[in-house]
Amino acid sequence: MPKYTFRVNGRAVSADSWDPAQPLLYVLRNSLGLHAVKFGCGLGQCGACTVIIDGRAARSCSTPVSQVAGRSVTTLEGLGTPEKPDKLQAAFITEQAAQCGYCTNGMIMSAKALLTRTPNPTSEQVKQGLGGNLCRCGTYTRILSAVLRAGKA
Amino acid sequence: MNRRDFLRTSSVVVVSFAFDGVMPETAAPQTTNPGKPIDPREVDSFLAIHADGAVTIYTSKVDVGTGLNIAMAQMVAEELGIPVDRISVVEGDTALTPDQGGTGGSTGITRGGVELRQAAATARQALLKLGVNADMTNVGAIAGGKRLDLKVDPKAPLKNPSSYTVVGKPVLRPEVRKKCTGTTVFVQDFSVAGMLHGRVIRPPSIGAKLISVDEASIRSIPDARIVRIQNFLGIVANDEWAAVRAAKSLKTTWSESQTLPGSDMLDRHVRASAVERDETLVNRGDPAAALAVTAKQLSATYWWPFQSHASLGPSCATVDFRPEGTTIWSASQGPHGLRANFARVFGIAEDKLRVIFLDGSGSYGSNGNDDAAADALLLSRAVGKPVRVQWMREDEHGWDPKGPPQLLEIRGGLDAENRIAAWDTQMWLPGNVQGSRPLLAADDAGIPQPHGRGAGQISQNGDPPYAAPNVRVVVHWLKDTPLRLSNLRAPGKIANVFAVESFTDELAAAAAIDPVEFRLRGLTDPRAVDVIKRATEMIGWEARPSPNSRPQQGNLRVGRGMAYVRYKQMENYVAMAMDVAVDRSTGKVNVRRITCAHDCGLVINPDGLRNQIEGCILQTLGRTLHEETTFDRSRVTSVDWKSYPILSFPEVPTVEVALIDRPMLPPMGAGEAATAPVAAALANAVFDATGMRLRRVPLKL
Repeated sequence: MPKYTFRVNGRAVSADSWDPAQPLLYVLRNSLGLHAVKFGCGLGQCGACTVIIDGRAARSCSTPVSQVAGRSVTTLEGLGTPEKPDKLQAAFITEQAAQCGYCTNGMIMSAKALLTRTPNPTSEQVKQGLGGNLCRCGTYTRILSAVLRAGKA
Repeated sequence: MNRRDFLRTSSVVVVSFAFDGVMPETAAPQTTNPGKPIDPREVDSFLAIHADGAVTIYTSKVDVGTGLNIAMAQMVAEELGIPVDRISVVEGDTALTPDQGGTGGSTGITRGGVELRQAAATARQALLKLGVNADMTNVGAIAGGKRLDLKVDPKAPLKNPSSYTVVGKPVLRPEVRKKCTGTTVFVQDFSVAGMLHGRVIRPPSIGAKLISVDEASIRSIPDARIVRIQNFLGIVANDEWAAVRAAKSLKTTWSESQTLPGSDMLDRHVRASAVERDETLVNRGDPAAALAVTAKQLSATYWWPFQSHASLGPSCATVDFRPEGTTIWSASQGPHGLRANFARVFGIAEDKLRVIFLDGSGSYGSNGNDDAAADALLLSRAVGKPVRVQWMREDEHGWDPKGPPQLLEIRGGLDAENRIAAWDTQMWLPGNVQGSRPLLAADDAGIPQPHGRGAGQISQNGDPPYAAPNVRVVVHWLKDTPLRLSNLRAPGKIANVFAVESFTDELAAAAAIDPVEFRLRGLTDPRAVDVIKRATEMIGWEARPSPNSRPQQGNLRVGRGMAYVRYKQMENYVAMAMDVAVDRSTGKVNVRRITCAHDCGLVINPDGLRNQIEGCILQTLGRTLHEETTFDRSRVTSVDWKSYPILSFPEVPTVEVALIDRPMLPPMGAGEAATAPVAAALANAVFDATGMRLRRVPLKL
């Protein structure tokens, strides 16, 4: 079975995949046990599966594992822990910016990439920057506050 | 707060599941009651006190992202007199939790929390008699690990709300920390040893029959196995991607039929549909006679389409079917109801069936969770191993049971003083059919089952909440409806209030009276007056009749609108105001700002409450602006986020919420009420800005 080697959260990993077209999402969740990343649509429309690949937000549901070989992937688990959340996660906790929490992975990862590009964004920049991430519970205003808070921290 | 914490601290119950990890393959599932009482008359069913003084509370009401767990913990902490962080919650496990009904209709607090509070008050009295001191510091030493063995006393004294120290505080939800760090185990993340991944290939059209399956078409996919039971067709595989690929690649032929009316002219179809029976809900005075003599008369028709729960994460379940006992892990809002229904449909004794709730993607009623569990059960039974099924996006949008279409015609008249003299609401709604909602998998597999239909209390709030001497509300319950139905957040009320509060605005405009003044003239209840004044003051309401005589602001036309509801005619008071800007060249409605005043009696957790209200508002804004389940003669055609868009981030307005706390009144649920005025407030604001009255959802200029 072909093997793909890349970095995840700073560690070198290698994963087998019988299909080079297998989306990174399934490899992360099922081969590497990283469950923060979520399947939402498989179509790149909702953002629940967002990870960061080489510094840029990417949809893991539509990124073939073969394209990730040699690259560096960051998932939500790579930011912080419940005991030691990073500043963006901490801002989400302070603002209680979640309801069901299914979109939370994608919101935080997209915001992480946004803050890397634009460290202290305006409201409008956050709204546009997270424009591809859907939240069905309607926690958008809290997510906005959390990202603005993290930008100022 | 999770089950692992519970397992660590519990000295009452021994459970063999490692919930956050992998269940040993040899462990037999414990489907029968493992010894813990679950009778809702017993205090021990609700509470377990541990040797270290921590307390576990047990409830069938589940927290689907609503903040219910922390609110319940606060109510129990307050009444018991222990710190809230010593309380953990076990929710929705048919073997461990008393049946307090499913989670819906905003009853999590009003029933779930209130029953727990009474159990806690009963327990406190007993504990004090046992020698536990008033501040409960020795509760673990005296009562830890022991049963109290007493009935819940409905008269056990409750604390005076004026002395509350925990209830009313914005205690943080502990689960948010886990959700933000990727450590929550959602049902989508749960696995057991030996588990296979399943996917179901749903028929290409509703009612299609499977003619043939080309097994060779997936031969290149490793380990993928086909399960066929009549028209039920599934794939199981060790590898999830293999199951997905195989389900997508499998070549099948079906006999299709055209059984649907299509959604294009659905309102006309509904209006012409056969009526099962008429029900008069309100009949006061003589509206027909009064209308004939009123100074001004109006009539209008309002339409609300089928809508999907549109859960962000498709429904999922894992089922371990075994003759000696079957376990279902599900995010269903009604674990007990699911068990009872599955026991009947699949011929399993109830005591051989255990349903365990796990967090899921928000479901807002009954989405596809039960159906995904039925899929997984049939697959697990067929292959003799635990099977996890997660629906694909098109399954969720296409096959979740839908919120009902609603057609309302309202006639009304004003007297010479421009007061409402007569009001007549006629509703065309899908009628209920006794029995449970059919499970897709059971129908496909030819398993006999009830074909019940219901979507909740969808006929409420069809009458004006304002003084009117002559009012009639009649429902024409229809014999049939094209798609399966279920409860979708605030069932029926959003559309009914859209109609009633839009029509109220139409009457105010006909009278050339400011919409706030028009409403206040018909209200005497001070709680109603309070919320209306508060919401409109917050937005800086300019008192004048609609439409706006000077709406021009560059290329935009601006306006403001408001709406009010007394939810279910007897629960929360909610008023909402909105500022909008409409681009007449593109027709785009830009909602700039929303203010809401909300009175649900006693406030348990103000931050959790605000979160719910904000969510109610934003979700319903999307339902009003964008959402419609479309279908042709054969199938649902709105099957992804492009064909069924919801509110997106760039559209999000400023939202300001004022809570009116009534500590001496009972607490009401808040997961639904603030949805109800959204559509009307928006349509009224658009009318104010443009002079155009939009009576169909999704709103289109």
